[in-house]
Amino acid sequence: MSSTGQRAAPAEQAAGPAPVRVTRSRRSSLWAGIGAIVVVVILGYLPYIVLSGTTDLLVNVFILMTMASMWNLLAGYAGLVSVGQQAFIGLGAYFVLILANHGTNPFVALPAAAAGCGVAGLLVWRMVSRLRSGYFAITMWVIASICELIIVRFPSLGGGTGEPLPGFASLDPTLLTAYTYWVSLAVTVIVIASIYLILRSPLGLVLTAVRDDETGARSIGARVSPAQRFVFLVAAAGCGAAGALLIISQLNVAPAAAFSVQWSAEMIFVTIIGGIGTIEGPILGTIIFFVLQQTLASYGTWYFIILGLLAMVVAIWAPRGLWGLIADRLHIRLFPVGYWLRPAGQAPRPAGLAAGDAGNAGPG
Amino acid sequence: MSWVNAIIQGILIGGLYALFACGLSLLFGVMKVINLAHGDLAVVAGYVALGVIAVTHVPAVWSFVLVVPIFAGLGYIMQRTLLQAALNRSVLTTLLVTFGLSVVIENGLLQFTSANSHALDIGSLVSDSFSIGSQITIAYLLLVIFVVAVGVLLGLQYFLSSSRQGRLIRAVADDREAAQLSGADYRHVFGIAAAIAFGTVALAGLAFGMYSSFDPTIGTNQLLLFAFEAVVIGGLGSLWGTLAGGILLGVVQQIGAQINAADQILAGQLIFLVILVVMPQGLTGRRAAA
Repeated sequence: MSSTGQRAAPAEQAAGPAPVRVTRSRRSSLWAGIGAIVVVVILGYLPYIVLSGTTDLLVNVFILMTMASMWNLLAGYAGLVSVGQQAFIGLGAYFVLILANHGTNPFVALPAAAAGCGVAGLLVWRMVSRLRSGYFAITMWVIASICELIIVRFPSLGGGTGEPLPGFASLDPTLLTAYTYWVSLAVTVIVIASIYLILRSPLGLVLTAVRDDETGARSIGARVSPAQRFVFLVAAAGCGAAGALLIISQLNVAPAAAFSVQWSAEMIFVTIIGGIGTIEGPILGTIIFFVLQQTLASYGTWYFIILGLLAMVVAIWAPRGLWGLIADRLHIRLFPVGYWLRPAGQAPRPAGLAAGDAGNAGPG
Repeated sequence: MSWVNAIIQGILIGGLYALFACGLSLLFGVMKVINLAHGDLAVVAGYVALGVIAVTHVPAVWSFVLVVPIFAGLGYIMQRTLLQAALNRSVLTTLLVTFGLSVVIENGLLQFTSANSHALDIGSLVSDSFSIGSQITIAYLLLVIFVVAVGVLLGLQYFLSSSRQGRLIRAVADDREAAQLSGADYRHVFGIAAAIAFGTVALAGLAFGMYSSFDPTIGTNQLLLFAFEAVVIGGLGSLWGTLAGGILLGVVQQIGAQINAADQILAGQLIFLVILVVMPQGLTGRRAAA
C-alpha cells in the first residue's frame, strides 16, 4: 500500500530465452491519470458554479459509486458474492447517529463509523468465512436483517420510524450542502484510490488470481483466505462510509430504508452492467444507472426493472460488462493494475498482451 | 399452557415453512444453486391465483389445481432457458441472475398491482378451529396445511427414492458427468427438478395466501429467508431435515413471540445463526457440502 505509483516505471526482467520487458502502465494510462485528476478538480470546484440540486444528485452518485466499487472488490475480485452489504450501510448510518446524539460533529463521526463497520465486519467474517457462494450470499442477507431487527428495538435510536440527524443546526444550509458534497467526493476518491492501490500491491495479484480461478489460486499456494478477510473488512468499512454519507445527505435515517436490500440490488446491478472485476466497471455502471433513473424518473420503478433485466442479460451474455466490451475493442485500461509484456526494445503492442489483467471470466 | 399452545402453533406453521423450503432444498441439492427468487415466486403464485379466481370463479381453496401445474410448466421452461444459460456460465452467475429476477419480479408487481396486501378469500375456513382444553386452539386451515406439507414431503421422498425420474435426479445430483455418460440428459433432469421446485413453492404461496395476507415485498423480506433458514437448520440433502428445520424455526418464532411480540422474526433468525455457527451440518444433514 505504501508504494504508490512508483512501480509504474518499466522493470527489466529476463524471462526465458527471449528478453521480455514488463511494464505496468503505458502512455494511455498516464493520460488517464491526468484526466482523472482534472475530473476530480472540476468536480471539487462544482459547488461554486452549479445549483444545489445538481450537487445533491451528485452526492447520490458518489454514494452509489462507493458502494458499487466496494461490492466489485468483494464479488469481482475476492469471489464473495454478498447480498447483505446493506448491513454495513445501515450500521454506518446508525454509528453516525449515535455519535451525533452524543455531540460529535457528523463529519467527524464519518471515519469513526467506517472504522466501526470494519470492526463489525471482522465479527461477521468470523461467522461467514466458511460459507461459499449461495450460502454466503444469503447468510449475509440474514445478518443484515438481524442488524435491522436489533436496531428497531432501541427507542433511543428512533425505533422503527427512525430519527433525524442532530448536529447541523448551527450550519448554514448552503454551506452544509457544499460540505456534504466535498466529503462525498473525498470518500469516493479515497475508496477508488484505495482499491487501485490494493490491486497494484502483492495482495492485488492474489485477488486477481482468485477472480480468474479461486481453486487454481489456492492450488498454486496463494494465501486466499487472508486476502478474502482483508477485502471483506475493507468492503465493510467502505459500505459503512457510504451509509454515513447517506444519513448526512438525507439528515435522517429509518431502519427499513437504511437496511433495505435495495442497496444490494443497486450496487450489484451497477457493477454487473458496468463490468465486474474491473475498477472502471462500477464507475461506468453508476453513470448509466443515474442516466436511466433521471430519464425515466416519471415512470415510477420502471428504470429499476430495466436495470435488473439489463443486469441479467449482461451477466449471462457479456459477463465482463460494458467496460469489458469497451476495453477489448479499444485496448485501454484507465487504471493499470495488470502487467504488459513485450519483447525488449520494441514499442508496446496494444493487442491482447495484458497479463494478469486479462481474465476473461467475470465472477467465479 | 400458553407455552404449549405456542409450541403447537409453531409446529403447524413449521409445516408451511417446510413446504416453502423443500423446493429450495431440491434445487440446491441437484444444481448446487440457491434460487434467490424463490420467495418472490410464491408471491407471484398468490397473484396468479387471484387472477385465476377472478376469471374462472373457482373457489380459492381449489385454485391450486390450476396454479400448481402452471408453475411447474413455468419452472421447466425457465430452467431450460434462462437458468440453464446462467448455469452454463457459473454458479455465481446463476446467483446474480436469480437475484436480478427477484428484484424484477418484486418491482414489476409493485408497478402492475400496488403495494397493497391481498389475501386468498376462503370464507369462514380461515377462522374455523377446534379447542383442546381451554388454552389450545387449533385452526383447521393450519392443520390442513401441515398435513398437506407432510404429504408433499412424503410424496417427494417416495418419488426421489423409487421412481425412475427420481433416481435420475439423484444420479445427476450426485455426479452430473457420470450420469451423463450413462445416457441421462442432465438439462432435462434439471428441468424436472425445477418444475417440482416451482410447483411446490406455488403450493406454499397459495397456502400462505390463505393463511395470511401477502404483498409484493414479502417474498424477499420474509419467505426466502424463512425457507433458507429451514433448509440450513434442518441440514442439506434430507427432506425430513427440512421438515424438522421448518418446525424448529416455527416453534422458536412462536416462543419468541410469546416473550415479546416484536421478537418473533428475530428469534428465528438468531436460532439460524446459532445453528450455522455451532452445527453447520444442520440437525440431520450429512457433512456440509457448501
